[in-house]
Amino acid sequence: MITTFKRIVIAGFLNFWRNGWLSTATISVMMLALSMVLGLVLLSVLTESLVGNLENKIDVSVYFNPNTEEGEVLKVKNDLLALKEVKSVVYVSRDEALARFKEKHKEDTVVLQALEEIDTNPLEASLNIKAKDATDFPVVVSFLEGEQYKDLISKVNYYENKEVIARLTGIVSAIRKGGAVASAILALIALLVAFNTIRIAIYTLRNEISIMKLVGATNWFVRGPFLIAGALYGAVASIATMLVFYPFIFVLSPVFARFFPGTDLLAYFTQNFLTLWFILFVAGIVLSVAGSVIAIRKHLKI
Amino acid sequence: MIVFENVSKYYNSHPALDKVNLKIAQGEFVFIVGQSGAGKSTLLKLLIAEDKPTEGKIFLDSEEVTAMPHKDLPLLRRRIGTVFQDFKLLTQKTAYENVAFAMEVAGRNKKEIADDVPQILQLVGLEQKARNFPRELSGGEQQRVAIARALVHQPDIIIADEPTGNLDPLNTWDVIRLLMKINELGTTIILATHDREIINTINKRVISIDKGKVVRDEEGGRYIL
Ligand SMILES: Nc1ncnc2c1ncn2[C@@H]1O[C@H](COP(=O)(O)OP(=O)(O)OP(=O)(O)O)[C@@H](O)[C@H]1O
Ligand SMILES: [Mg+2]
Repeated sequence: MITTFKRIVIAGFLNFWRNGWLSTATISVMMLALSMVLGLVLLSVLTESLVGNLENKIDVSVYFNPNTEEGEVLKVKNDLLALKEVKSVVYVSRDEALARFKEKHKEDTVVLQALEEIDTNPLEASLNIKAKDATDFPVVVSFLEGEQYKDLISKVNYYENKEVIARLTGIVSAIRKGGAVASAILALIALLVAFNTIRIAIYTLRNEISIMKLVGATNWFVRGPFLIAGALYGAVASIATMLVFYPFIFVLSPVFARFFPGTDLLAYFTQNFLTLWFILFVAGIVLSVAGSVIAIRKHLKI
Repeated sequence: MIVFENVSKYYNSHPALDKVNLKIAQGEFVFIVGQSGAGKSTLLKLLIAEDKPTEGKIFLDSEEVTAMPHKDLPLLRRRIGTVFQDFKLLTQKTAYENVAFAMEVAGRNKKEIADDVPQILQLVGLEQKARNFPRELSGGEQQRVAIARALVHQPDIIIADEPTGNLDPLNTWDVIRLLMKINELGTTIILATHDREIINTINKRVISIDKGKVVRDEEGGRYIL
């Protein structure tokens, strides 16, 4: 039993080594398939950070009448936080609002002068609300429009921004859907490419398979070495793919960062190098071993 | 005991074997003769279940080869050593490994393999070529590797399809003498050949096939076409 297993493993390594050309060709195509898998992972990282950025920009502010007590505002804040749709609420007091306003217009002497002349703080306290999902805002807004807050709230800036929010929400979900479709297509291509490569590799060795069977080998004794060689293809291809990707990402990362602010592909790639490689390693081995099992089946029927 | 019972094999409705009835006892030495295309190789192919007959049954001892489930075929084939007409060597393996493969398949241990393989290679005069791949060997050398592979695991039955087709007279007689010696030790030998001299020199049973039919079956027969 153990001898048989050892023989299978040795034969697998020998197959891999002696079919140098075939192994090289198979590994190259496997690399192509794995590149798609890796591209897919990186794409999803990019879109997630893009979508995250966009979603973070979507918010609603609610302004309070100037005579509202701070305690009352904070109570509203707590009520909001109790809603399951609400992700975060940031309180901006009147003083803070004024300070921000001044900072923003510090170059604009006219505005500053006007402010001096009024002498009182004309700005209102506000709560800046972010929802867990952009489509949840109507719920939050209708909550704020309830009878209990009617006297406190001067304005909810939802209706002016409704269109923009809807558009952003649309873009976000379009990116997500597009990403999912692209992933599905890429994954399918990777699967087909890997499977066909393995099939061709095994097809070229079909005579060897039937000879082994005719000499009295069991199916497993014939299949084993192919599975070992297949696993080696997957392993080598996964390492090679990672090494080939590195310089590309090194060069392209700043380019991506320009288009998708806040993304650092290179940092992501280097920090998650082992995890990414492991994903490819498993994908490569599963693809080639499963492909081998399926492709070899019909040649064993002798 | 090998029994062919009314065995026919059709390829595209053309009979390669036609209602063949045969009995070969354990330990016999049998020649199968016939013109090219008569059906000799087909007969041998059916015996190792490389192909299924269109009609009829084949038995080896008490087992029906033609009704064997797929998973039992390896055991059947290990009982039979086959020298294929087209050699069927594994191109990815050296001469040594090709011969050793038959023993690995049969589950022999390392020591047995290390002892027996060089010995059998020497017997067929290939000890110098052990590390060569089939593509680096001449036709006759390949044929001798095929012979070594068929003998090395000491099967009950040896099937040899034109095993001397590519050999010079000297080598030919070496191989025939080897087969006869193995036969004396109790192994059944079934030898398909065109070689008139061998058949006429060795007084053994000759089964003549013509157009798929057994036309003659005589002990101590002659080569007659
Ligand atoms: N796989 C096949 N498909 C179709 N026809 C076949 C096949 N194998 C053999 N035949 C036919 O069956 C007949 C018998 O072939 P077989 O190989 O048994 O002849 P043979 O007696 O061994 O001839 P030779 O002495 O030339 O080796 C031939 O007419 C051959 O064309
Ligand atoms: Mg023939």
